[in-house]
Amino acid sequence: MAADTASVRVSPRRPRLSRADGVRLTVVVVFIALVELLCRTGVIALSVMIAPSAMAAHCVQILRAGTFDHDIAVSLGNIVAAAILSVLLGFAVGVLLHSAPRARAAIEPLLSAYYAVPTFVFYPVFIVILGVGAAPIIAIAVLLAVVSMVTATLNGLDRIPRSLHKTALVLRLSPLQSALRIKLPAALPYLFTGMKLSVAYAFIGVIASEFILSGEGLGYAIGYAYNNFQNRDMYALMFLVLVLVTAINMVLNTIDRRLQARRRR
Amino acid sequence: MSSVASLIKPVAQSAAQPDAPAARQAHAVLSNVTRYFDRTGSHERFHALGPIDLTLHQGEFFSVVGPSGCGKSTLLDIFAGLAEPTSGSVSFEGREVKGVPDGVGVVFQEDASFPWMNVRDNIGFGLRMAGTDGAEVKRRVDYALGFMGLKDFASAYPAQLSGGMRQRVCIARTLVQQPRLILLDEPFGALDQQTRLLMGDELLRLWRETSATVLLITHALDEAAMLSDRVGVMSSRPGLFIDIVETGWERERDSRIVSTPRFGEVNARLWEKLRVESLKVMGLADGR
Amino acid sequence: MKTLSNTLAVILIMLVVWQALHALAGNGALTSPWDTVRELASLLGSSDFWPHVLETLQALVLALLIGVIGGLALGMTLGMYRMAREVAEPILLNLYSLPKVTLYPLVLLAFGLGLPAKVAFGVMHGLIPITVFTMNAIAQMRPVFLRVAATQRLTPARAMWHIVLPAILPEVVSGLRLGFSLTLLGVLIGEMFASQRGLGHLIINAMNLGDIKTIMAVALLLILFALACNGLLMRLGRRLAHY
Repeated sequence: MAADTASVRVSPRRPRLSRADGVRLTVVVVFIALVELLCRTGVIALSVMIAPSAMAAHCVQILRAGTFDHDIAVSLGNIVAAAILSVLLGFAVGVLLHSAPRARAAIEPLLSAYYAVPTFVFYPVFIVILGVGAAPIIAIAVLLAVVSMVTATLNGLDRIPRSLHKTALVLRLSPLQSALRIKLPAALPYLFTGMKLSVAYAFIGVIASEFILSGEGLGYAIGYAYNNFQNRDMYALMFLVLVLVTAINMVLNTIDRRLQARRRR
Repeated sequence: MSSVASLIKPVAQSAAQPDAPAARQAHAVLSNVTRYFDRTGSHERFHALGPIDLTLHQGEFFSVVGPSGCGKSTLLDIFAGLAEPTSGSVSFEGREVKGVPDGVGVVFQEDASFPWMNVRDNIGFGLRMAGTDGAEVKRRVDYALGFMGLKDFASAYPAQLSGGMRQRVCIARTLVQQPRLILLDEPFGALDQQTRLLMGDELLRLWRETSATVLLITHALDEAAMLSDRVGVMSSRPGLFIDIVETGWERERDSRIVSTPRFGEVNARLWEKLRVESLKVMGLADGR
Repeated sequence: MKTLSNTLAVILIMLVVWQALHALAGNGALTSPWDTVRELASLLGSSDFWPHVLETLQALVLALLIGVIGGLALGMTLGMYRMAREVAEPILLNLYSLPKVTLYPLVLLAFGLGLPAKVAFGVMHGLIPITVFTMNAIAQMRPVFLRVAATQRLTPARAMWHIVLPAILPEVVSGLRLGFSLTLLGVLIGEMFASQRGLGHLIINAMNLGDIKTIMAVALLLILFALACNGLLMRLGRRLAHY
């Protein structure tokens, strides 16, 4: 009596793109179109902002002309360096703190106040210690990005269920095997969230520092263009930064989704 | 005893006084009800329940048992107005159910006590939301605290209580509102066996005092057999009623009936039907 | 109290490291802890320091009002509707990871110099964390609470106020702590570009003059302020939650 065709097919199964993705795309496109319209009709004055299409067009122009290639290369290099350093350092500190509960209890409350500190005020310190050039910029960016990796590492290690710890013991694994084969995979989704944030903060830290303190890089170029009333260049560069950030996020999010799908309830 | 009745008995009394255990007057009715779900991420529909025809009689204690995933909770949601049937009709006290009707109380399996309020405030929550006068709230809550044995814990917070006590808080919260239909979705599922047996007795006590109609969802056969006037056995998904067993117990019953032969018979009959369905769910169906 | 003594121990260690770095790098890079405290004391004593503090405070309070109320409202709305949340979350996170410096010229062009620009900067930094934390708090809220709201036949507004808001409070407070710090940072940065007054302006001024003492004294003040407010928020969160 129990039905063997328990579900009713309404339409063939569709692949990847979910409804939410579709709605989001529509929202973004509509928004951009709206801004474009407001710019073209002059509701948003030309002196305030140029139309998105003009931004994109000029961006393509400067990329082709190679005007800012050096700055772009400098910034990207700094960001990659800062991201890698902060992930490794943050993970190491997180692991250390996790195994020292007293130290952790003392430091954790201070961590969220950390972001209020304008860390680039320590730029002069870094210049003295590290010399002028890319190193102080990277150091400031690392300072900004490392905390989120520490927090995520602590969180990830916390969330490894006790039953997994016990399984590792019962299976008589060595500490290294236990860490690599059980703990790391279990904590990986949370660690990856930390990595995403670290990359984002590394990006922000580098660009912001270049804007305020440096003589080269994308951040500096934007500031220079602003100060010299070169609006088109400025917006083209801002557009480029937006595109880069979005692209990086999309890649990281795809990886994240694969990791999360494993543990979907 | 009369003070108990005056505070907790529902205001509306049907003409047929609830002396006869099953007054045979329809209280809540499901008629040809089915429920389909849209599966997220695909376009197949998921046939969860039905078609179901079920009439709950005024003042009766009805339990539903069935294998996991058969749709028991969906059935309760439909009675409560928390879910709409895909087809068929639901009525309560003669009126069609749209949203949660007045006079219906629900107790969930998970602990639904609010961790940010103490026990007293938890119990009085529904009354306060309904705008009941402060003095009346206090009176009813005080009564419920005494009745449910929570008097010493009135100022405690749920985090300080055991699972069983938290469920008592949830039951008390439902009861102070004098519901005429009480729906319980595996309320003792998260509790240990001893607590379950004692809570079963308490539930019977409350049922008698309030004269409400009770629908209990449970996976424990002995619980259903002990507590109910009738037990409905559901098939595996999509859930259909394959048997409804009349237990024939007296209204004044408690857990001691488990030692009677009749209890064994009821249990055996329930298991006979349920066993086949449970095997199917586990993927171990033997040929019929 | 054990945690207090632990935290004091950490602070002590940081002071030692600070002193060591000072000895290493010299006065041109880093003033010693003691000198910094002295400089701060003298600043607090001088009459022309306080107008700057008040200026920053004013901008901070305004930015917080907008950011907190806006963030909570937006977060709660998005959190309640699953589709809205799934659509909005990647957009919000993307905006969050955008270096806000790249938008500063736009803000300055739109708001001009002065208080509105500073408040805008502050809101820009703090709004998204508060929104995202609130949104996630609702998404992770135990669903049974919503079922209770339904069985009690509460309107959505009453359900939000009486059930959802208290249920999500601990998570929201975490978001508020982060949002507070970031809003303060945003206001400071805004003052660096858009103002002739305020602590941010003092900092950039001192940076241009190479006046390390002032930079560090003001930085110390800001750190202490941020820590104090953070601590207060933590205590408040614990009090209200009884978890």
